[in-house]
Parts: sequence; structure tokens; C-alpha cells
Amino acid sequence: MARSRIALGGEGGQGVQAIAKILVEAAYLENKNVIYIPNFGIEQRGGVSIAFSQISDDPIGEAKFAKGDIVIMLSDRALERCAQYVDPDKSIVIYDTSVCETKPTFKAKDIIGIPATKMALEDLSPRVFNMIILGVIVKATGIIQVDSCKKAIEDAFGSKFKDKPELRELNFKALEEGMNLIKSPAQV
Amino acid sequence: MVQILDIPPKQADAVNCEIGPSKFCPGCGHGITLNTLGFAIDELELKERSVFGCDIGCSLLAWNFMSVDSVQTHHGRTTPVIYGITRAVPGTVGIAYMGDGGGYAIGAQHLVNAATRNEKMMVLLVNNTNYGMTGGQMAPTTLPGQKTETTPYGRDIEAHGKPFLGPEMVASITDEKLNYVARGSVNNLRQLKTFLKRALTNVADGRGFSFVEVLSLCPLNWRTNNVDTWERLKEMESFYKVGELKVPEEVKGVK
Amino acid sequence: MVNKLITEDTKLFMTGNETVAYAAVAAQADIMYGYPITPQNEVMHTWAKLLPKTGALFLQTEDEISAGFATLGGVVAGKRAFTATAGPGHVIMQDAMSMAEMMRLPAVYVVLARGGPSTATVIYSQQETTLAVFGGNGEGFRIVYSTWSNQDLYDYTIKSFNTAWKYRYPTYVLADGYQGKMREPVVCYDPASRGITMVPTDPYVRAKGRPGVDRPPCHIRNAFSVEEELLEAMEDYQKDFDRIAPEIEEYYTYKADDAEILVIAHGIVARSVVTAVDILREEGIKVGLFRPVTLRPLAVKPLREAVSRAKQVLFTESALGQLARICLEQMYGLTTPYDTYYRPGYGIVGEDIVQKVKQMQKNLVTT
Repeated sequence: MARSRIALGGEGGQGVQAIAKILVEAAYLENKNVIYIPNFGIEQRGGVSIAFSQISDDPIGEAKFAKGDIVIMLSDRALERCAQYVDPDKSIVIYDTSVCETKPTFKAKDIIGIPATKMALEDLSPRVFNMIILGVIVKATGIIQVDSCKKAIEDAFGSKFKDKPELRELNFKALEEGMNLIKSPAQV
Repeated sequence: MVQILDIPPKQADAVNCEIGPSKFCPGCGHGITLNTLGFAIDELELKERSVFGCDIGCSLLAWNFMSVDSVQTHHGRTTPVIYGITRAVPGTVGIAYMGDGGGYAIGAQHLVNAATRNEKMMVLLVNNTNYGMTGGQMAPTTLPGQKTETTPYGRDIEAHGKPFLGPEMVASITDEKLNYVARGSVNNLRQLKTFLKRALTNVADGRGFSFVEVLSLCPLNWRTNNVDTWERLKEMESFYKVGELKVPEEVKGVK
Repeated sequence: MVNKLITEDTKLFMTGNETVAYAAVAAQADIMYGYPITPQNEVMHTWAKLLPKTGALFLQTEDEISAGFATLGGVVAGKRAFTATAGPGHVIMQDAMSMAEMMRLPAVYVVLARGGPSTATVIYSQQETTLAVFGGNGEGFRIVYSTWSNQDLYDYTIKSFNTAWKYRYPTYVLADGYQGKMREPVVCYDPASRGITMVPTDPYVRAKGRPGVDRPPCHIRNAFSVEEELLEAMEDYQKDFDRIAPEIEEYYTYKADDAEILVIAHGIVARSVVTAVDILREEGIKVGLFRPVTLRPLAVKPLREAVSRAKQVLFTESALGQLARICLEQMYGLTTPYDTYYRPGYGIVGEDIVQKVKQMQKNLVTT
């Protein structure tokens, strides 16, 4: 039963929900079963934002999950808040070393540090930070094709790309750079 | 030789004569207000287009008083039911009929918002300065010093605030050109009928929200005899100014 | 007449709230009345956004009391009217729902339950079950569908309009904040393509003809003068309700036939039970799900049969036993022991149920 459970946590404004939406759109384009639930609280902005996504070849039962196959943490607060979704034996944890000042203290199957923010700022553009993260997830889960991901990006930003075609190149480049940060699909 | 004239009382076609005597207490102002409304509807030929909604409190007894389509609702909720209807079927002349408690206390938010949204409907509110059906408690309109069951020593302005000036409030939040606002009295039915006709016309024309308060009688709860009842109404008229507060140009000709 | 947006089957990937709005359009609902409250806002947003295409109507009222009563105004005017709410808004809307019950008005209320009591959370719970089923100062003369997916939200929103107008009882679609905010693929369809004909919504007021000439004027009320009148009405309503209940009752089971442990859950929690059942069955543990789809009327006979067959029953819900109370009353006389797993206002996942069932199974072996 191929089911990927992905918890993605970050600060409000990092684009966590936007990343998850493109991810699940891409999976949907591949006719997979998909459920995405944003976490939401009383505050409209601020606080740690978490996106819960599930992508599966089979019908999905539970709408939420206890432990993620992949848990991505994009800030110190997200590290703290999302630790509860990490299974010490099964979860792959990915965190942004260029933002997080603390290091994960919990156990996980694998913990991968990536310098995503640094890469965005120095090599690409801060605007495409979320595309790097998306690339990381695509490679780490191996559950969706990069082409569907590009199609989903096109669907989301098509009108912006029309005005500025160079934006498309930048986004796709960021996606690929993100993928390059992960050596091989995680064994989930 | 004495000739007995057998002339039946004149009844409005918009009033349902089949129910026999109304269920209102003897001397109550509701019956004459509703009869006047009936004549106003007749004269404007609005019976088919009208929907009459009544509240809880004594006004609920009007649920089958009119021979126009009628809905009886919950306390304070006649206004939203009526604008629910007029929004769904534009062109309907919706009449929300209620007492001072229904309009100024429990349903005040609906009155304020229906007026500010300019809902194309009419609110007809009967002010008898107390809650009649529940046994004569203080209403928002109870006069200073007036004794009620919940103000047995008289309404104390310090403790209970000043009486609610409904038409003045509605006039302050509505539009000169679109809205009709008036206060009538059962003391002057000819004038009341004109006010009601103007209010109805304003709604029927699709111009906007119209509001008429009627100063009315409640001898049972006031514990007044015939003479004192009308004296009390005069007192009310000296406190609550009878007249028109907002009259769109187009309805000025309606008599 | 409201324009149809979906004429052939279209798969859309959208949130539950959007789904409700699309389904209401498909059901050719004429007008929505609503007031903002999380987590149902996007029902209104979507409905409002679609207005130029649908030609339907919308009114944002001053509160949920008004939204509830204005909906009934729309209904008596002969329109397919509905509203959506949640939490504290649902509480004050009971005022109108109670009137709908008494006057046998067929309105549709969509409730996306959030945490309770009071303001609690804007997120999720199953704590509005009792309120949906037995709210108001009455007897629960209403029909309540509990959905568990966005496809369900589409199907049952359409169905609720027909149930309401056919049987003349207010009808609920009861979901929750997760379902409202959750994105999931939904196959949208024109009800006609499934052989579903929308039940006409005849007007009560402003019907054809002159009142008092061609037809008697409409006089509808919710107040009675004497006890005898009320008793007669209530007995009639009950008789009607009992008569139609078998036509309305719906339930769903998953591997329940040979289940030694039967898990009873509704709505989205039942999905987590399915996940748990799959995991537990792989380990050889005989567990199954009984999910009431209609919480009112409840499918009593199938429930009793499933419970009788099991050795143990587990009630699980994101509330402190609101569903259990409704079921237990109908399980009187049965001796199957039961256990509970309650998480008020908190999402229950498959693993939670797996652990609980394993613990119960130990007891089963030892006793």
C-alpha cells in the first residue's frame, strides 16, 4: 500500500500551505488519492503553520495521521511543534539548517539537514524558497513525477509566468536544485 | 315608528372576517391597528402582493387576523423571516408586525440591520409601553415612572435608562430619499391610515425600508378604565411625538 | 431558475466547503443566507463567487439567528433555501431550527462542527452531534446526515434538499471543520444524470391565485392555544416520523459481519476506523466498523444486529460520548459489553484505534 504521509511545518509567511497545495495538486493530476488538511487556529496570521498531506494509490481512510513518513521542519518553532509527528523508527526528518539554530534532539529513522534558505538567498531568489522545499519533498517521497509537479506550478502561477517568462525558469530551477539536495528517495 | 337600521360594520377585505371576534383583550389597540392596516392594503390594492408576518407577544394573536398570506414566527424574529421572503421573491410587500419588545429589545439587531441594509419591507411596530402577553412587564418603551410588574415602584430612569425612541433611531440610520419613517397613534386612525399607506407604497414601489410605530392601548395591563386609558394615550403622545420623520418625495401625495 | 454549472461528470479537487456550495448549485438551490463563522466561511465565499454564473441569490445577515429565520422565509416563499454554520452560530440557529420543526418546514442546514463548548476552537470536533440531533426545545423532528468525505458532502448536500422537501422535516448535513477545510477529489455531477429529480419547492405564501378569492389565505403558525392541540400535533409528527424513518435510515459497515470487536463511529472518525480495521485485520484481529450515516433517524435494527453479533463494542468519537448516548438508548436489552475512546475536539487517527482495540482484545482473551 503506497501511501505517503507528509507533515510540513514552518513559520507563517514561509509558504508552507502553498507548497503543500502544489504538491497535492501534482498528485491529483496523476489521479492519485489525495487528502490535504491545513492546520488552522484562531490567528489568521503568525504562529507555526502545518500542512498535512497524504498521497496514495489506494483510497485513503484517516484524514489526519499520527506520524508522518516525511516530516519537514522549516524553523526552530516548527522543530519543536512537529516533533510529535515523528516516528523514531519510521519517519524521515528534513529540516532547514540555514534557519534552525537548534538541532533535532528526537530520534528518527533519518534526519537530513538542508540549507534551503541560504540556497534561495545566495543562489536563486528568496521568492523561490518554497520551490526548493517542494523539490526536496518530490525527491524524498518519490511518489510523484517532477513533470506533474511542473504542471501544477504552471497551473498555479501561469498568469504570472505569462508576464515574466523568466519567473518560470527560476521556479523550475529552484525545484530541481531542491531535488538535488536529496540523494535518493527515502525508503518509506 | 322607530326604524332600526341594520348596517353591518365596514370591514376591510384584507381582514379575515371568518375568525369571528378577535382574540385581543377588550379595549386593546391591536385590533384597530390591524383593521386600519387592512383598509390601507385594500385601498392600495396590495392584498395579493402582501405577506404579513407576526411576532410573539400579543402580536402573535394576529396570525390569522388578516386575509393576506401570513406567517407567525418567534419572538423578535419576524423581521428576518420577512426579509427572507422579500429577498427570495422580490416585489413582495412584506409586513413585519411586532410589539415594542419584539422590535426594540429581543429583535433590535434585526430592526437596525434591516433598516441599514435598506431591506425592501415594512416594519409595523405597536408601542403599548409594556409586555402585554406575559403579564405587563417593563418594555423598552415604558414611560418614566410608569408602574409595571417588573418596575412595581415605577420606571427609574437611573436604573433602567430612558424610553426607547424607535422611529427617531430608525430615522437616524436611514436615507432621506428612500425610507419612510413615522409614528402614528390609535387616537387618530385617519392619520394612521395615511402613514400606513405611505409606508406600504414606499415598499411596493421598491424604494426601500419603511417603519411605522403605532402608539397603542393596553387597558388590562395598565389597569385603566375607559377614560384613563385614553388619558394614558395622551400622556404617551406628549412623550412620543406623533408625526412623520422621513417622507420620500414620491409618497407625499399618498393620502 | 438557477443555472446548472455542472452538466457532465467533472472531477474537481477542492475543499469540503467548496464542495457544499457546488452541490447546492447542482441541487439548484435558489438562495443562501449566511453569517461568517469559521470553519464554514468558504461555503459562503464559494456560493457568492459563483453568483454571476448561477444567477442564484445570497444574503449575508446580521447573525446566525437571522440567517436561520431568513432561510425559513425563503422556504415559505417557495425557494430552495439553505444556510451553513458552526459552533456558537449553530447554537443560536437552533431557534430557527426549532420553528422549522414545529411548522414542518423543509430547510437545509449545513453544519461544519468546530470545538466546543463556547468559542473553544475554530478547528474541528464532533461536539455538535447532540445539538444537531436534539437541539431546540422539542423532540428532534429532524433528519441528520453525517458525512465522512468530500464526495459524501456533495452527495448528501444534494440529497438533503430532496429529503427535506419530500418529508417536510428540517434536514441537516453534519460535517466538521476538517471536512470543511480538507481538499480531496470529488466527482461532481448533475443530479439528473443519476436519476435524481429535485423535489419541487412549492410556495406557502404568495402561491398562485388571489388569497381569499381563488384560494384561502395562507396562515401558518407555530403557537397553539391549548395543550390538546399541541399533543395532537406532536402525536401526528411522531407517527409520521416513525413511518418515514425506514425510508430515510442509512448506515455503512466495513468488515462488520464477523467482527468480534465492533467499532461504532460516525463522520470523519469512521474513516480512521477503516484505517485501523485494515491494520488490525492484517494482524488477524477481527474488528469491524458500524457507521450510522443518518444520526436521526438512526438505523436501529441493523445497529442492534451488528452489536448482537460482536463480543465487544467500542464507541469512538471526537466528543465525550454524544454519538454513544444516541446509540446506547437504542441498544437497551443487549448485553454486549462496550468500551469508549473519546477525544473531545481532537482528531482521532487510525493508530489511536489500533492501540485501543489491541487493549480491548487482551481483555477479550482473558475473560
